[in-house]
Amino acid sequence: MTQATAPAGAPAPVTEPAARPGRRGLAAVLRGARDLAGLVPFTAYVVLGLLLPMVAIGIGAFQNPDTGGFTLGNIRAATHGIYLHSFAISIELSVVSAIVPGILGLLIAYAIFTARRGAVLRRMVITASGVFANFGGVPLAFLFIATIGTTGIATGWLKDLGFDPYSHGFTLYDLTGVMIVYLYFQIPLMVLVILPALEGLRPAWREAAENMGARTWQYWRYVGGPVLLPAFLGCLMLLFGSAFSAYATAEALTSGTIPLTSIEIGSFLNGNVLAGQENVGKAIGLGMVLIIAVLMVLYVFLQRRAARWLR
Amino acid sequence: MAAIADVSQAGQAAPGPARPGSRRRSFPAWRWLILLAAGAYFLIPLYAAFRFAGFAAFGQIFSQVGFSDALILSVKLAVVTTLITLALMLPTTIYVHLRLPRLRPLLESITILPIVIPPVVLILGVLQVSPAQLKASPYLLGLEYVILAMPFAYRSLDAGLRALDLRTLVDASNSLGARWITTLWRVIMPNLRSGLLSATVLTVALVLGEFTMASLDQYQTFPVWIVAFDQTSGPVSVAASLFALLVTWVFLLAIAAIGGRAGRGGASQVTLFTVTRQDRGDSR
Repeated sequence: MTQATAPAGAPAPVTEPAARPGRRGLAAVLRGARDLAGLVPFTAYVVLGLLLPMVAIGIGAFQNPDTGGFTLGNIRAATHGIYLHSFAISIELSVVSAIVPGILGLLIAYAIFTARRGAVLRRMVITASGVFANFGGVPLAFLFIATIGTTGIATGWLKDLGFDPYSHGFTLYDLTGVMIVYLYFQIPLMVLVILPALEGLRPAWREAAENMGARTWQYWRYVGGPVLLPAFLGCLMLLFGSAFSAYATAEALTSGTIPLTSIEIGSFLNGNVLAGQENVGKAIGLGMVLIIAVLMVLYVFLQRRAARWLR
Repeated sequence: MAAIADVSQAGQAAPGPARPGSRRRSFPAWRWLILLAAGAYFLIPLYAAFRFAGFAAFGQIFSQVGFSDALILSVKLAVVTTLITLALMLPTTIYVHLRLPRLRPLLESITILPIVIPPVVLILGVLQVSPAQLKASPYLLGLEYVILAMPFAYRSLDAGLRALDLRTLVDASNSLGARWITTLWRVIMPNLRSGLLSATVLTVALVLGEFTMASLDQYQTFPVWIVAFDQTSGPVSVAASLFALLVTWVFLLAIAAIGGRAGRGGASQVTLFTVTRQDRGDSR
């Protein structure tokens, strides 16, 4: 992570006069230590509030809850049976909830990107995206229950038209429902994160391509598409992560009946645990963190690729 | 197709010299279609929720059992979280800007961690390690919300400070004989208004809407109450959801407005889930 984000801020130190000439004497080291002292409160807070809990998860995942001894039993339990299934379902949900809103968000972003800069429509869409992207959790679940729940308003409209979605196998309270609801914050999130990448496509490239006789599809196939692809994939990673770690919306919508990893961990905390399995929740948590870590590495790699052309 | 339309239009509609930079692209029907479809998808649930709840339910929210307790708890947590967050992050960010600018990328990556780590995993670890006295208090949530708020607070403050000539301000203040507390209170903070405000607003919005940690820590904050109350009355829960959303939106639109007025120095791009955008901006 550390090394990963470094390039983003890397240009800054270059402009600082702080690039003191090499040789660091004892005095300089002492001064450095004194400088770091100002970071003690922040560091202490992060260690206690973030690092310690995560370390406890890492240790607990390999600990026998009764004896405290080392065991791989928790990991084994977390990667088999219902818990393995919940990982599969969570990943499936997150993949769909990344790709579908990814494409829809790209279309919306492109639609407003081609509008004039500073146009009212464009500003409206961006502001609305900022608002809707923050729209998760409980209120969102209730909004959809009121819309296409069993007694929802839109369900009523459809019934009036002679089509009852609930008698055709549709239900808001399972995986499909959760996917539909996630679109509500994933699409605006995509608009916000992909727009800077679209803006990085320079008009000159398009003009150059057109001057050489390229059609639109050729421009996108050979110029725009390849330049945009890493940024697009990076944004998909972000959407995946956002869907993967979400808990509140799914919990409020389904009352915890769908087997997602986040909900399984929640049920461990709510006390639904078999004896001897108290630490399986930590093993699942460790698994989630590892999956997210892999995603972040991919994300940073893709961002770097994207930064080669888009700046 | 778009390009063909563009070329033909540009040929007819631009008799004068081609102005560079003014790309007058057409706005064909498919784009309107997309935006209309998106508008319908985003607005219909809002409309439906209003219809579903009915006006009566809005009036009833305030008299429901547990409503005021839940709201008061949420507001208390918001106040505590915001105070601790600012007390911790403001000096740290200023300090890093003045003394350790080389550590800024490191701080940026540390403060992004709470977004990356699923809250459900974090609270599992927190409940594991925290001492019993703390676990018995709802303010454990406040302490953890400070961690959750760090990404937003740090980025808002960092963006605000980058827009200032901090070194000059501090030197000028020192040479006039001000102590550091005076410098902080009377020089830096007034100049950092928009960054401070957006850090505050984002923190408050986060605390008021947080469900995962609160419900798993078994405290009935406002969002937890909404879900619990759904068993009693659906319409009231929906009305309460809308109420919560409207409050959050007013907050967020307020930052957008302030950010717009403050121009580049404002941290308007930082919203609850879009700090990455800010990151990208940094590299420029």
